[in-house]
Amino acid sequence: MNIIVLGTGCAKCKTLEQLTRKVVADLNLKAEVTKEEDITKIMGYGIMRTPGLVKDGKVILSGRIPSESELKELLTK
Amino acid sequence: MNRISKNLWIVIALIPVWFLIYFNLQSVTDWLVYSVLGLEKGKHLTEALWFFIFEIPKVLLLLTLIIFFVGVLRSYFSPERTRKFLVGKKTFTGNVMAALLGIVTPFCSCSAIPLFLGFVESGVPLGITFSFLIAAPMINEVAVVLLFGLFGWKVALIYVLTGLFIAITAGWVIGRLKLEKWVEDWVYKAKFGDTGIEEEKLTFIGRFKLGFEAVKEIVGKVWIYVALGIAVGAGAHGYVPQDFMASLMGKSAWYSVPLSVLIGIPLYSNAAGIIPIVSVLIEKGASLGTALAFMMSVIGLSLPEMIILRKVLKLPLIFTFIAIVGSGIMIVGFLFNWIF
Repeated sequence: MNIIVLGTGCAKCKTLEQLTRKVVADLNLKAEVTKEEDITKIMGYGIMRTPGLVKDGKVILSGRIPSESELKELLTK
Repeated sequence: MNRISKNLWIVIALIPVWFLIYFNLQSVTDWLVYSVLGLEKGKHLTEALWFFIFEIPKVLLLLTLIIFFVGVLRSYFSPERTRKFLVGKKTFTGNVMAALLGIVTPFCSCSAIPLFLGFVESGVPLGITFSFLIAAPMINEVAVVLLFGLFGWKVALIYVLTGLFIAITAGWVIGRLKLEKWVEDWVYKAKFGDTGIEEEKLTFIGRFKLGFEAVKEIVGKVWIYVALGIAVGAGAHGYVPQDFMASLMGKSAWYSVPLSVLIGIPLYSNAAGIIPIVSVLIEKGASLGTALAFMMSVIGLSLPEMIILRKVLKLPLIFTFIAIVGSGIMIVGFLFNWIF
């Protein structure tokens, strides 16, 4: 699985990145987590609110930080 | 009973508790200050302490209630939907719509860039985009609640209406000036991806949850500024002599309005911190127009946001933007000094 955290470096984006890494580690997911900070690339995903979360090329979340349980559900779905 | 409907019951149960606390706050404060602490009425320290003990819970209670409902309301809006709505709107009508939507669409200045790009890319005219970008940070629920709590509903309403006026006219002027040439070149070349995300379908309970989250996030962030602002306000309330600000920010000093706007631009404070202080300025002789101009400048024109916007706007456009919005704020300031 390929997970990208979209964010230009705001506080929320960092929180989401940490949370994502934690969830991936907790669930022992085989996933590579990267962060995309380039605004032109972020725009390529069509989101208007950061942070965003992309799973295998598909945007699954934008504009807010999910709860840990919601994120677990989103990533394992 | 499952967890979700339990949450709903908690909300329903909390509302009467809220009203009970809110409407008894004054007598509880009286009791605390005069009976428990045994302080003498009319003394500076007593007045300052009373103000502090009364205002902090009052403002926090108001914030919690209003932010909860605004959070629920906002779940019906999204930047994506607002954008779709604004595409192809005519000047003026579009500016009015954008300014109004700026109030209710969820917005945070850290998202200003993706939002700006998303709007401009999909064909929302520049002037209309600016109407949105001016209204969104300036007219926010925290500012309105604090104004209502500390000044009453009339001033809160005046603030909202004049804020809308500035957002609409400034956006309209920017649109008329045709300043697209001062938008960074890459903006119009960049491609905005197709929104892969599906609209989240929310149940009524889900919206309630978002309201809760908004309260947790916003009140959790601003309570400290509210407390600090009110503490400074309380100190000044008791100790700064009456009419202290009259010469500096009073009606007779014509230069006070432009000066307040200028000072307000680099001063970056959120509404939560600045409004309690402004309430004391007014009490000490500052005129309403000047105080209003100062507040709008601090909240609406912020340096960090300009720096963020610099990524997509060339410098001349940033300066034009500041000049136009600044002039709008000054007109409001002069107008209110003249009326009241």
